[in-house]
Amino acid sequence: MEDKKKKIKIPRQSMREQDPQVRSKNFDEVPLGYTEEEAILEASRCLHCKKPFCVAGCPVDIDIPGFIRLISEKDFIGAARKIKETNSLPAVCGRVCPQENQCEEVCVLGKKGDPVAIGRLERFVADYERTAGDILIPEISLKTGKRIAVVGSGPAGLTIAGDLVKLGHDVTIFEGLHKAGGVLIYGIPEFRLPKDIVDAEVEYLEKLGAEIVTNTVVGRGKTVDDLLEEGYDAVFLGVGAGAPVFMNIPGENLSGIYSANEYLTRSNLMKAYRFPEYDTPIARGKNVGVIGGGNVTMDSARTALRLGAENVYVIYRRTEVEMPARIEEVHHAKEEGVQFKLLTNPVEYIGDDNGWVKGAKCIRMELGEPDDSGRRRPVPIKDSEFVIDVDMVVVAIGTMANPVIPVTTPGLETNRRGYIVTKDETGETSREGIYAGGDIVTGSATVILAMGAAKKAARAIDEYLKNK
Amino acid sequence: MNEIINRVFLSENVIRMVVSAPEIAAKRKAGQFVVLMTDEKGERIPLTIVEDDKKKGTITIIFQIVGKTTTDLAGMKEGDSLFSVVGPLGHPTEIENFGTSVCIGGGVGIGVVYPIAAALRETGNEVISIIGARTKDILILEEEMRSVSDELLVATDDGSYGYHGFVSDVLKNVIDSGKTIDRVFAVGPVPMMRVLAEVTRPFHIKTIVSLNPIMVDATGMCGACRVSVGGETKLACVDGPEFDGHEVDFDLLMTRLRMYCDQEKAAMDASRCRCNGR
Ligand SMILES: Cc1cc2nc3c(=O)[nH]c(=O)nc-3n(C[C@H](O)[C@H](O)[C@H](O)COP(=O)(O)OP(=O)(O)OC[C@H]3O[C@@H](n4cnc5c(N)ncnc54)[C@H](O)[C@@H]3O)c2cc1C
Ligand code: SF4
Ligand code: FES
Repeated sequence: MEDKKKKIKIPRQSMREQDPQVRSKNFDEVPLGYTEEEAILEASRCLHCKKPFCVAGCPVDIDIPGFIRLISEKDFIGAARKIKETNSLPAVCGRVCPQENQCEEVCVLGKKGDPVAIGRLERFVADYERTAGDILIPEISLKTGKRIAVVGSGPAGLTIAGDLVKLGHDVTIFEGLHKAGGVLIYGIPEFRLPKDIVDAEVEYLEKLGAEIVTNTVVGRGKTVDDLLEEGYDAVFLGVGAGAPVFMNIPGENLSGIYSANEYLTRSNLMKAYRFPEYDTPIARGKNVGVIGGGNVTMDSARTALRLGAENVYVIYRRTEVEMPARIEEVHHAKEEGVQFKLLTNPVEYIGDDNGWVKGAKCIRMELGEPDDSGRRRPVPIKDSEFVIDVDMVVVAIGTMANPVIPVTTPGLETNRRGYIVTKDETGETSREGIYAGGDIVTGSATVILAMGAAKKAARAIDEYLKNK
Repeated sequence: MNEIINRVFLSENVIRMVVSAPEIAAKRKAGQFVVLMTDEKGERIPLTIVEDDKKKGTITIIFQIVGKTTTDLAGMKEGDSLFSVVGPLGHPTEIENFGTSVCIGGGVGIGVVYPIAAALRETGNEVISIIGARTKDILILEEEMRSVSDELLVATDDGSYGYHGFVSDVLKNVIDSGKTIDRVFAVGPVPMMRVLAEVTRPFHIKTIVSLNPIMVDATGMCGACRVSVGGETKLACVDGPEFDGHEVDFDLLMTRLRMYCDQEKAAMDASRCRCNGR
């Protein structure tokens, strides 16, 4: 009991970050991570609950008290391996998971004070293992001789490939782009998730024995049925929800108006922020409007600042309370100088003589009755239009399913919005031998949910192949 | 690895390249394109597949040197390998026996219209082809076009070869001659396609154009390639690249093609950029 009281007195350890003034000018990672001392101190706060709520809050059931104990014992490598028993991408998850809605939300310490900083600890041990270069390549159980094609190399694809390889299957990942990683590579910016980390994860997967074939858009050249005919025993579809959504308002096709997908792909995948060292150009707006209120909005806004914008406005039709973005990201954006234009919605874009955007005509909104999502519905205020001067706009209001696979795979059931329909716990689709998981099933969600779905599908595919 | 098997200069700045790409060759149909990168730091650019050799596993591309990437590509030799090639992308051309089809190519666009003409001929169309260039020296694929056409008409802007004037004038003449035309396929610089669409509009001859907006992923993910067709926004990479020329907003296409003009110039450190169309 004494011990518990002492523990509760230790404050949650904060993580050092780059100064906002400095970091808003560079693409280096913002948080700097824990030192060993900080990690051990933070780990010592954990009560090692008999019934750990945190584990129940984790979509992939990481043995959280288990790995935290190993940190207290200074066995950082052991801690990393403990996490990797159920989560193959801890360096990624430690950075981008919304722990505040998952493990940390339900940590008992959070009832009275601050929860254990589980995400930061996860990040610490994963980084420790990677920089130590002490990566364990597990023994692969006997080869089964079964072959599985995984379509898409985002978190879902990478996870299922890892799991299936470890079960002794032969796995080939087909990726449409020239680089593996999905949103982790093309969407989430360097300053939040350094690409070296994603590359290391992909390399690890290859060392495990998964084959990765890039530059292959399944459904365009080869179809899913071609893969089955070529002798793959099962196919997993982890193709994400990668199609852009626009508002379809006048002027939206003016030059200087991007979808968030394009803007971030140029910057992250194509490294346009290093133009002309890299060949892909990107517009560098002085006054940038970013439409939306999610993580993608924050990522785009903070990218625009780093590309030299003087004013970056997040234009969102509700208030900050309803913003789907992580609180931490909104906080980071504000610290760096992103300005928020809330209860504001664009209705039209105005162009200059060269067809380049020069203004966003917006309307003021107020909150009305709650809608289906439970959030109060924004309603336009009559005659309240005004123009915000902008020379670049990023539309970050969400994404939808890309139809390439459903359209070219007969009998694959999709729902009204184009997402693939699966049996919940297994990822089984309406077609035998075809499984799906991640954003293409749920719509845009999170890295960890995509991974969780992939893990379940891996088990289901393994079962299916045993009985086949 | 996509090795360059053969590189030929068709004119001073137009190059034909044969590239090893067995899987693409196996699946490719007329009208489809690839996206390639010369090296890891390169840009992703779309290029139409002009021909394939399914046995040898190769595809042929034809491009004009207009920017940094095409300059780099032109500098690559036989035996070199491209960093990446993905395809076939886009919808194949809608090919059937329309009756009499006119295939029009301007400049490097002749390379794009050539496979279309060939496929139309094979399906039984009477194919009249009209090809044009600024001047004789830079006219490409004349023999190839002749071999897949029932009739081949040539125009040069300066009159150095064939008809003195534009391909649109030649098309007008064919229409005026009373010939029934069932369909027109037109590929070339944006201004050329716009004029051709205006020539056929009064006669209600369906005119298919192949659009070449800036692309990034070319899988329908980014929206860079959006074009306006019949007042609706379409993604050229997945909904196209071919559209009804009478419905296309060519002005928008032109403006969007100019988006990176200044940056491209800076990067090229030269006066040419791809901003004027193809
Ligand atoms: C900018 C941005 C920031 C985000 N931030 C966070 C965050 O902080 N935390 C968080 O948890 N989540 C975040 N998300 C959401 C998260 O990234 C996604 O939920 C997750 O990546 C989904 O994983 P996935 O494997 O289903 O698909 P994706 O990561 O989308 O991967 C799909 C892959 O499949 C490929 N593909 C698609 N079609 C084909 C085809 N026909 N053939 C071959 N390959 C194909 C694509 O190129 C892509 O590489 C963010 C998303 C974005 C866009
Ligand atoms: S709930 Fe919190 S205190 Fe309890 S085991 Fe999990 S992290 Fe430790
Ligand atoms: S090029 Fe990205 S959607 Fe067409």
